[in-house]
This record gives sequence, C-alpha cells and structure tokens, in this order.
Amino acid sequence: MKKLGLIVNPVAGMGGAVGLKGTDGADTLERARELGAVPHAQERTTTALTNLTGIADDIELLTYGSTMGEAVAAACGLRATLVGSPSHPDTTAQDTVAAARAMHAAGVELLLFAGGDGTARDICGAVGTDVVALGIPAGVKIHSAVFAANPTAAGQVAAAVIAGNINRAVEAEVMDIDEEDYRREVLSARLYGYLRIPDARRLLQGLKAGSPRSDAAMQMAIASELVERMADDRYYIVGPGTTCRPFMERLGLDHTLLGVDVIRAGRQIGKDVSEQEILSIVDDSPCTLVVTPVGGQGFLLGRGNQQISPDVIRQVSKENISVVATAEKLCSLRGKPLLVDTGDEDTDTYLSGYYRVITGYHENTIYRVSPPT
Amino acid sequence: MAAGDRVHPYIPNSVPDVKAKMLAEIGIDDIDTLYEDIPESLRFRGELNIPEGITSELELERHMTDVLSVNRTCSENISFLGGGCYRHYVPAICDEITGRAEFLTAYAGEPYEDHGRFQALFEYQSLMGELLETDVVNVPTYDWGQAASTSIRMSGRITDRDVILIGDTISPDRLQVIRTYCEPVMKIELVQHAPETAALDLEDLDKRLTSSVAALYCENPTYFGTVEEHGQVIADTVHSNGSLFVVGVDPVSLGVIKPPSQYGADITCGDIQSLGNHQYFGGALGGFIATRDEKKYVMEYPSRLFGISKTEREGEWGFGDVAYERTSFAVREQGKEFIGTAAALYGISSAVYLSLLGPQGIRELDQNILQKSQYAMKRLAGVDGVAIKFDAFHFKEFVVDFTGTGKAVQEINDALLEQGIFGGKDLSRLSAELEGCALYAVTEVTTQEDIDRLVEALEVLS
Amino acid sequence: MKPQHGSRLRNFHQAKWDEEVIFELSNPGERGIHYPQVERAISDAVGDGVSEIPASMRRESPPALPEVGQMRVLKHFLRLSQQNLGADLNIDVGQGTCTIKYSPKINEKIAGSAKARDIHPHQDESTVQGALRIMYELDLFFREISGMDRFSLQPSSGSHAILTMAAVIHKYHEVRGEADTRDELITTIFSHPSDAAAAAAKGYRITTLYPDEQGMPDLEALKAAVSERTAGLFITNPEDIGIFNPHIAEFTRVVHEVGGVCGYDQANANGIMGITRAREADFDLCFFNLHKTFSAPHGCGGPASGALGATKEMADYLPVPLVGFDGGKYYLDYDVPHTIGKARTFYGAFPVILKAYAWIMSMGAEGLKEAARIAVLNNNYLFKHITEIAGATSPYKGGKRRIEQVRYSWEELYNETGVDTHDVTLRLADFGFHLWQSHHPFVVPQPFTIEPTESYSKEELDEYLDGLRHVVHEARTEPDTVKRAPHNSVVHKIDESVYDDPDKWAITWRAYLKKHGREAAKIRG
Repeated sequence: MKKLGLIVNPVAGMGGAVGLKGTDGADTLERARELGAVPHAQERTTTALTNLTGIADDIELLTYGSTMGEAVAAACGLRATLVGSPSHPDTTAQDTVAAARAMHAAGVELLLFAGGDGTARDICGAVGTDVVALGIPAGVKIHSAVFAANPTAAGQVAAAVIAGNINRAVEAEVMDIDEEDYRREVLSARLYGYLRIPDARRLLQGLKAGSPRSDAAMQMAIASELVERMADDRYYIVGPGTTCRPFMERLGLDHTLLGVDVIRAGRQIGKDVSEQEILSIVDDSPCTLVVTPVGGQGFLLGRGNQQISPDVIRQVSKENISVVATAEKLCSLRGKPLLVDTGDEDTDTYLSGYYRVITGYHENTIYRVSPPT
Repeated sequence: MAAGDRVHPYIPNSVPDVKAKMLAEIGIDDIDTLYEDIPESLRFRGELNIPEGITSELELERHMTDVLSVNRTCSENISFLGGGCYRHYVPAICDEITGRAEFLTAYAGEPYEDHGRFQALFEYQSLMGELLETDVVNVPTYDWGQAASTSIRMSGRITDRDVILIGDTISPDRLQVIRTYCEPVMKIELVQHAPETAALDLEDLDKRLTSSVAALYCENPTYFGTVEEHGQVIADTVHSNGSLFVVGVDPVSLGVIKPPSQYGADITCGDIQSLGNHQYFGGALGGFIATRDEKKYVMEYPSRLFGISKTEREGEWGFGDVAYERTSFAVREQGKEFIGTAAALYGISSAVYLSLLGPQGIRELDQNILQKSQYAMKRLAGVDGVAIKFDAFHFKEFVVDFTGTGKAVQEINDALLEQGIFGGKDLSRLSAELEGCALYAVTEVTTQEDIDRLVEALEVLS
Repeated sequence: MKPQHGSRLRNFHQAKWDEEVIFELSNPGERGIHYPQVERAISDAVGDGVSEIPASMRRESPPALPEVGQMRVLKHFLRLSQQNLGADLNIDVGQGTCTIKYSPKINEKIAGSAKARDIHPHQDESTVQGALRIMYELDLFFREISGMDRFSLQPSSGSHAILTMAAVIHKYHEVRGEADTRDELITTIFSHPSDAAAAAAKGYRITTLYPDEQGMPDLEALKAAVSERTAGLFITNPEDIGIFNPHIAEFTRVVHEVGGVCGYDQANANGIMGITRAREADFDLCFFNLHKTFSAPHGCGGPASGALGATKEMADYLPVPLVGFDGGKYYLDYDVPHTIGKARTFYGAFPVILKAYAWIMSMGAEGLKEAARIAVLNNNYLFKHITEIAGATSPYKGGKRRIEQVRYSWEELYNETGVDTHDVTLRLADFGFHLWQSHHPFVVPQPFTIEPTESYSKEELDEYLDGLRHVVHEARTEPDTVKRAPHNSVVHKIDESVYDDPDKWAITWRAYLKKHGREAAKIRG
C-alpha cells in the first residue's frame, strides 16, 4: 500500500474555453461563469485515475472533500480518505494550500494535482520540494514543467510510482505568468519556484554509447568549469535557477534559487539583491554575470531576473556574461535562440549574437541569443 | 548493377523491376536524384581502383584461401610466442556459441529482445568476479591496454590526483597504449624493478610516492612472467600515501595464484584473450576492469555494467544496465571517457570457457602450465650459454638470456624457424638490460616433445 | 498462419527456456572439460609445479566457479542464444546509425580457418604474409573509397578511432609547438557522442554545435567558435539525421584558416561510397567502421574495428606499425616520423579486418557503389512511407532527400495518445522488430532512427512498415496494449528499481547472493 494524494482545483481551465486565459482570482472566475464556462478538471482527473483502477488495492488514496477530489474518486470507484474539506463550495487558492499541507503531513508518496500554473504555484508555495508532486494538466496556462503531457500520461506515471517502477524525482520549474499580461498576449513567464516531480524519463537499455551523465552530474560539471575560471578580483553576479546552484554549493555559499546573489573572492557580498544593490556593490569594478535560461521559452534575461537590468548589463558588458545551461535544456529549445527581453530595445540589440554557453566541465556550445520576435 | 547483369547476392533490391517500383513510389525516376543535395564540387566522378567483385562465393573462398594459405600457423609449427597473446586451447563449445547467429549478429537490443545477451554477459561478469574475487566486473572493453588506461583514469577521478606510477615491468606495447590514452591528462612516471628478480623496487616506489600520485599500476605476472611476491607490502605502501593500487593480471593464472584483490588491489584489470579466445594475429583481445562494489568506484566506470533483477513473474530473472546514468563524484570532471563497440562476443566466449573449466579445470590447467614452463626453464638453463634471466617464480612466461651463446636473438630465431620453431619474442631492443634476451611462453598446448625439440635445436646452435 | 490484420506481421515468439543463471546449475564434482596430465618426464623433473608458488601469492581457496557437465554448459548457452534477436533473424532496419547489414557467412567460415585464427602477432613477418597482404590491400581499398593517402587498422572501434584522431591532432600541434595553446575541439550534437567524449578524454575542451532550423550544424556558430585555440573539428556527414551537409567544404575551410585539423567521422558512409569522399571535402583525417559499412558482424557489441585514414601530411602521425609492401613482401612499417605510438596492442582486430576485406573483394568497385545507391533508395522508400504515417514526423526541413538513414519523431503520436517512443519500441518487439531511439540527450523529441542499408528486400521493408503502422493504429485504438508491451517477450516486466540502488544492484552473482541472500536465489525451486 502506498499513499497517493489527490487535489483537484475544480475551477481550473474554466477561463480557457471562454477566452480568459486563466481563472486566477474570484472576479475572473465569476466572469468565466457568466460567459458559460464549465469545469473540465473533474473529467481530466477521471481520465488520469482510470489508469489507477487496476491497481486500486495497492493504493491508499488521500484526498480533499467535495469537488476537490472526493467526488471524482467516488466516480472512479476508488476508496479515499479525506484529509480535510474546502470551507466553501467556491474553492480558493487557500483550500489548495491547506490540502497540500495536509497531504504532506500525512506522508504521501506522490501528490497528484489537477489544475494549471496557478495551482502548481499554490502547491509549490505550500510544500515546496518536500513532497513529490505531479500535475494533471487541466488549467488554461500550462507553462510549468511540473505537468504530465496529458491526463493519461499523468495517470500512467502515478501508476508507475505506485508500482515502484519510478524511484527517482527531479526538480522541475514552476512558472508564474501574469494573467493580465497573458491576456494582452504578452508572454511574461517568470520562474516562481520548483516542485519535485517523478523522473519519468524512460531509461532505455539499448545503449550503444556510454551511459549518459545525469543532469545533476552535468550541473556539477558546469560548476567545476565556473570555479576553475573564477578570479579573485572580480565580482560575480549569480542569477536564479537550479543550474547555478551547484556552483554556489561548491563555494560553500547559500544560493538564492529565485533571486540574484553577488560574490567575490569566494565570499558572499550580497544575497537576493535588487538592481540598485547590485549597482552599488559592483560600483564600476570588474564583474562577471552568471545566468541560465529559465522556463520552456529559453529566456535568458528579462524574466524572473529583472534585477539584472539594462544598467547592470552595461556595467557587466557583453563579453563578461557567462551563460550556463545543460545540453538537455538547450535541446528542449528545438533550435530556437535564447531570448533576452530587458525592456530596453537597445540593450536587447546589444545583447544579441552568438555566445559560448558553458554546458559542462571544459564543454561548451556556441548558441544564438536574440530578442523575442 | 554489380557483376555484369547479375544482381549481387547481398543486394536484393537491385532487381530492376523492384528498383523501378520503389522509385515510382518515391516519385522520382532515378536514384541519382536522391543525391541531389550533394553539390557537384563534392562529387567523386572518378573510378574506384578496386578489383572487380568476386561475386561467386566459390571463387571468393578460393581467393581468400589462397591469400591465407601462405600464413604459417602456430599449430603447423612449434610456437613459444606470448607477450600478450597466447596459444591456449579453445574448447569446441566456445566456438559453437560465439558462432551462433543470434549472438554473432546482435547488437543493441532491449533486455526484452536480447535477454540472452544480457544474461550471458552478466554471467561473464559473475564468473570473472569469482576468479578475481571482486563484486564488480565490467562488460569487456577493447583490450588490456584500454582496461589499464581506464583503470588509471578512474583512479585519477577517485583520488582527484593526476600522477600515475607504472611498474616498468609492464608490457611495452601496453605502456604505449596507456600513453596514447592517458596523456596529457595524467602524468606518467615509471618505477624501476630489481635487476635480479624483476620485482618492483620498493625504494624507488617510496621516492616517487608524492601527494599527486593517484595510483601505482603494475602487472603481476609481469611482462617477463615473474610473479611479484610483495603484493601486500606494495599495497600498504601505496595506500598509506592515499593512492590506489591498480594491478594488471593475466586471469588464466588465477586458478592457483592469488587474485590481486586479495593482496590489496583496488582495481584489477587485464585481458580475456587467454580465456577461450583464439590468437587471431593478436586481434581477439578483450579488456576487463574489476573493483569492489562501492558507489565511488561504480560511478567512475565508463563501461556498461549489467545487473540482475527479478521480474513480475515469480522465479524469472531479468537483466539491465546498473547505474544507467553515471554521476561522477570527481571534484574536477577531468576524466570524461567514452565507450563504443568493444569486445562483447569475446566476453561470451570467456563465460563459456570459465563455465566449462570450473574450479577444478582451471587449477588443472594452471598446474599443467606451471609444470611445463618450469620444465622448459630447467631444460633451457641446461643449455650452454643459455640462462633464465630473472630469479623469481614464473607463470607461463620467462625471459631467456642468450648472451652467453654469442649469438643475436634474431640469428637464433632464424635458425629455429628453419626447423619449424617460433622462438620467443626478441627483447633486445627494449632496453640495454635485455640485450640478447627473448621472451618465451609455454602453455598447456606445448608438449614435452616441443620443449625437447627446442632444447635440442638450441644445443646444436650454441 | 502468417498475416494478421491483413498485414504481413508475424506472430513472433522467441524460445522461452526460463533458463537458470549458470551458477544455479552447479553440482559439485561435475566437469565440463579435462586437461591432460603432464608427461611423466616433466613431473619427474619439476614436481607438481604449484608447491613452489610463494606463500604470499598462493590462492587460498579455489574460485567458486560453477561445476557443470559439458552438455549442460552447451545447452545453457544455446538456450541463451535462442533468447536473443540477431540481425540474421530479424529485419534489422530499426537500429539506426549502426548500419546493420548482412554479414556474409562465407566470411565467417574463412575467418574460422586455422590460417587466420592460429597465427601470433610476433611471428616472423615471412610467416604471416597472407595476413599482412590482407591488411595492406584493405588500406589500398580505403584509400580509394576516401581519397586519403594511408590507413591504420589499429583502432578497435569508431569511438577508438576518434580517440586516435584526437591523439594524432594533439601530436601534430605538439610538433608545431602549439599543443598547449590549441586546446579546443569542435564537434556537433548530431555526431556520435564519442566525437566529444573521446576528444575530451584526450584533454580537449569541447565545443558542440547545435543544428539550425534546417538541421545543419550552424555555420555562423562555427565561425564564432574557431580561434587560434582551435585544435580541430570532428564531424559526421551526413549526420545522424540523414541530411547531407552541402556546406561541408566551407566548414573545413573555416577550420583550416585558423590552423585546425579536420577529422571526418565516417560512421555514416554507407550511402556515399563511391559518391563523395573525404578528399573532396578537404578533410585531413577520416575513419570507417568496419563492423558497420564493411559488413563485419556486431557480435553483441564487438569486436569492432575503426580504420583511420590520413592525408600524406597527417600520415606521419599515425600509430605504428602500418603495413607496407616493398614489391616482394609485406612488412610491418615502423618508419612513421611523428607517430603517436600505439592505439592498441598489436595491429588491430584481425578477424574484423579479414571480414571487411572479404566483403570488399566480393563487392568490387561497382558493387560498393551499388550498395550505397540501394541503401539510399531503401532509406528514401521508408522515408516516404513513414512520414505518411500520422503521428510520425521527420524534423528538419533542410535537404530534400535523406541519405542512408533518418531520425524520426513520435512526438505527435505521443501528444495525441500518450504512447511514447519507448512504448512503440517494446510493442514492435512483439513482432520480432527492433527499433532504436537516439543518442542522449534527445535533440529530436520522442526520437527513433531507421537505417535500412542495402541488405533488405522491398518485401521486408514493407513488413517493417506494416509493423510501424500496426502499432500506431493500436496506440489510437487500444493504447494499453502498446503501453503494457512487450507481451510476447521471454521475460516479463523487469523490476528496474534495483539498478540505481547501491544496496540492491548486483553486477555479479556473488554480489547478488550477498545483497539478496542465498534464499532469494533459490526461489526458483
């Protein structure tokens, strides 16, 4: 018997069908209802759970009351224990947070949740990387890397976790998209945080070359390269993202996963600093910027690291930007360039061109950077 | 179309009608169209100066037999050649199994398609593990030279050091292979041997053991066939420096000789040609690497490691790759390595070989080799002007010193060849110490009569 | 019996023997083979031979090898062989990049003769003239096929040839006093991963170029990459996606301009033999895989051989010995002024070399070209039909044609049905087909790579296509059947969780017994 948690955001996805690009906030939800939106989360969840009915005996299903899981579990014929219930029929983000915390306390093996980026954000805020979670895509906005490709795939992965066929978890990005911008068709995904998801990559055995090095190994290798290149008389402005983390760890420093740190001669000068703080620390001294693209679109600058402003970039200068990324990340871009959108057209133009991107220890690639088109 | 108007037996779709049909389905008239992306400047428009194809199998066999017929084989003659390639008996079942099309022509299938390959190679690892007394053995790599090179690189990663000491009684060929593979990332220094016994010079070792030394690599038996007696002393010395002890070994000796893991070796490597593989002009080599079952070792193998598991069906074995993704723990990832298609089939042959021999067979075999080589050494030492170079216990091989005969080794070997005897490998050019010396190998295939004939021939010569 | 669903698919099933691990077959006292007692005169002279082993080096207990009678050993390994899918038995077009072509049996027979098997590398040259002639003439053939000036047959595989190329390049710059300053090697993501890894093993910093939208390595990126630090370029063409890079001469020019050396990984040579050569594209080095293009069998993963060719200038750096011919006799040639030394002990994988030679002798100049042309015809035939299967695509629009292979994608199928490339592979196995995906990392999502070579008939290609179509149809109509595949394998769903757990993984039988107990092993009863 393994404990499986289930949280359904019952209103997820309602905005999409009526062109609202999300249902964040009560007003929007109201407007969606007025436009005749109907919830899809229940049916998506049903599709996912269908993959678990065959192994129901191996699962202790924990869920939340009413539309947040209880109903759909019953509809699928799965016995479930309730760890709580929403306080009001119109559920809110607080209910998701409370449910996620309760599941964590109950010690679930996997937390399956149905929703969109907003739901992922709420769960991330509630339990961070303490719980292994996986999203059933049911929302309008799916930019986070914590969702399965479709509800069936989510169910299949959950079944594999229960069966013990997936034993690894990896950190995946939770993206935060401003719905207002999104409605105006401005893409502004920011890195919000990370959830741990089951590592569902199928490790094929039909190897004909060497074993691939794991993503974690590659991040460590990138850190080795950065450490080897470091000079004591420079400031290093280190951007957000897990790729930069092993570098800071190697130096024995605390890394701000979602912010910017400044270091020099192996010491942390600034932690989670603002644009102004960066400028005042650096103050015309030589400095290097270490950044990694975040999110599926390959944004290098201007998303989630706005602290690194046009002024900071001018201070650093283009040739002192160390771009780091794993090969897997670059491959996921499908040949599209890395993007810069600093809000200043001249800066974006200045930043465009080919960069030597560090992909490992003594390994790099030459990759194009350009403003979004 | 090759061979006049006849369709080549290996190219079925050369049949004009079939070709036409396929072209029509693609929607083009001519195969040339398929090359339209290759610019004219890159096209080769000449004729390949390669003879017309011998498309008849009968004639091809005749041609190949003609070409090969001028070779004079070790079975038609008496051979005392060794030095890394040996004439051991290959049981008939080894050839039967490696000739099986299912193994011979397989490559990279999944465990569900190639269960047999995975199991056979897991068994290879396991059988080698018993011989070597180690819990981890890899799927074969190219040869001993490669296995030693990788062992050295692994030790560099594990210790995060970059100097490798090598006992100078190593095979000179192997030393060159190691240099090609390990330099300039690793720095190589040689450790001398005692001139009388060929044992590792412990004083010289001590002198060279600095904090940069990742490991000592030495071979036992040495290239000269001598057995190093002070394995444990060497291991302790090396370990007290925080370095690893890497030993290269001829695995066929381990029926009676202690495996390196039992005198302190951290990594053992060697070649499996001795274990059920033919000589093939030195072309049927396969390397092995063996260590303890510790994560810090396992993760540094570049090679595939097959593991055993259960399946959902009670009582059924399944196999697959252990630690599919390797996470090197080296602080500096200075030793990225590669693997490619190596020598798996020879591993299967060795698995069959060790299964047939069992604990008693390998002991019988080794005893046979020891008795015959000792007999040969004794007889040769009795020939005027001929001496055994090193005063040590030997396995299978020994250096014969002909300086007392006043004749060059080449001269002696030429004379032996006339009598159908392949004399030992001439070591004269290897070092001043070995001027006038030759490396002789005696295996279970050698008979008393062979040895006696050699002795008689030398007696006449000297 | 054969057709089902009106197609050519077979109800394939390997022999399932439920075979024990060899150690489970052990019965104390059983013997697989005997060795002769030594002659009386020998034992009289030296005694038992083992008593004199120094105590510190005497093995204390015999190795715990299994004790099994001869016929049972034979049966054991024959049964294992029956649970293996060799190219001789299936339509092995799905192992892309590996050029799984017919390995003629006559070549095996020839290689099995004592005249090939029973010769030692240190024999007097006069006694191995046949072997040396084969190596010399094969060198001449490869010179023709590549336009290079000399070949070494020493490297043990393609990857090993890459390492040897890196060593040659290192030596070349060393002789010019530039070994320390030229420390960067450039390759591409669609070349074999060993192009990067083997060069890195030699100490080089690696720059990997990614493809542009056309699927070609980005020439502008190359221009940005080269400098006075560039040691060289390793590149395949066509790359593993099957598109020929028409700008390849531009690549070599850019690298030559900065003083770099260009090495051509010819793993994908099967479609271009006699059509285009390393010489025309101005490469300095190139290598062929004898176990791919030149028909030697893959042997479950070796033995293999990589023949490394060089221009006149670069030949001075090749490993020794090369093979020469003085008009009367063949000889081992150690006279290579700047040789790197050795890549492998002795001269190369002779049985593999012998089979490649025999294959070329059978093909002749015309046959080689015909093999290339038909390989390309077969590939474009499959290309046409596979891209018509809804759910399968071939990324990259560059190049109208594909040469000898194509990297396809099941991404559309996956997005539609949740069936991924791994599922398709395992379901195809139920029909006796193998399908390989791609090297890591996956540049093409949900990849699969098909290379039909010249060896398979149109009917066989059609049968394979039916297999693909059938599985795609199932993915839409009964995805669970595909997801739970294989159904006909001799082995059921394997518990893969142990492979990543140091407390549970077992790489040898002795480790298994230690970690899981002797009882666990006897569960079979």
